[in-house]
Formats: sequence, structure tokens, C-alpha cells
Amino acid sequence: MEILSSQAYWVFFFRWLHILSGIMWIGHLWYFNFTQAPTVPKIPMELRPAITKFILPEALFWFRWSAFATWVTGLIVGGLSGWLVPAIMLGVGSGSQHVTAIGIGMWLGTIMLFNVWIIIWPNQRKVIGLVQADDAGKKAAARRASLASRVNTLLSIPMLYCMAANHFYT
Amino acid sequence: MKNPLDSLGQTVALGFVLTLIVAFLIPIISQ
Repeated sequence: MEILSSQAYWVFFFRWLHILSGIMWIGHLWYFNFTQAPTVPKIPMELRPAITKFILPEALFWFRWSAFATWVTGLIVGGLSGWLVPAIMLGVGSGSQHVTAIGIGMWLGTIMLFNVWIIIWPNQRKVIGLVQADDAGKKAAARRASLASRVNTLLSIPMLYCMAANHFYT
Repeated sequence: MKNPLDSLGQTVALGFVLTLIVAFLIPIISQ
């Protein structure tokens, strides 16, 4: 297994894990925004608990932990590749568009992770009943979670551009 | 004024606009 002693292999290996977890994360994000949010208002009230009590808690579990895994494996790829610190600095003045592109992508992804764990998840805990809240509190929490989720949908588009197109930048 | 984030279409459109801005900024920031 000579391949295992190759640094390039491990960069690839963690990039592969990064892509797997990233697909799970953004897949769930887009499910929430493209499928669930527009459809739930059309579901008869008595059937809605199927979403809020069963599907949503499960989807949120995979959503938030795949977000975390995506971020961690991304940092490992950057660390092993040697461009983590310059990318955090957005490659300012580096002359490397590649580092700037991946750096902007990393920061967009980091803002998105913050939204998932600090805004969406604590508010969704109220919506799905893990944290006690009255009806007004639940409504406000759902609104905050929904807006943060929409912001992440918006940011996912340039974030994926930076992640996928950075090889065009030299 | 209505929040554009309430519309999925406008959210996606803004995402593409932001992508265009980012694509133009990358060469400028790296210099």
C-alpha cells in the first residue's frame, strides 16, 4: 500500500470526505428550501406533524453534523495542502488567485456553518419542541431559522463557485 | 418593502449576482 505514504493521496482522501459530507449538507439545505418550505403550507394541518415530529428532526441531525464534518475536513485539506493560512487571509497580495478563490469559499462556508449551529439549530429546537416555547415564540423562532436558511441558500451559490472553479484561477 | 429572502427565486437570483461579484473580485483581491 505505497499509496498510503503519499501526501497527495491523503489530500485527495480528505477532499473526498469533504465532498461527501458537503453534498449531504447542501443537499439537506436545498431540500429544506426548495422542497419542504414551499410544500408544508399546502399540507393539511393534521398531517403536518409527520414533517415536524418525524422528518424534520432526522433531517436536522444529518444537516448540522454534515455541516460540521464538511468544515473540519475542509480545514484538514487546507492544512495538508499548505495553503490554509494564506487562504484564511484571502490571499491578499499573494498574487495567487487560486488561494483567494478558495479563501473566499472557506469564509462563505464558515459563515454558513455559523448560521447552522448558532441560528438555525437553536431556533429549530424550539420549532420541533426540544426546547419549550409558546406559540408566538415558536413562530418567531421559525422565522429566524427560515431567514438564516435562506441566507445559506444564497451563499451556497458563490461558495460552490469558489470551491469548484478555483483551479481556473492561477 | 418585501424581504427578497422570502422569495426562493429572488434568493437564487441574488446568489448568482453575488457569484458574479465574487468572480470579478478574486483577481483584484489576490494582487
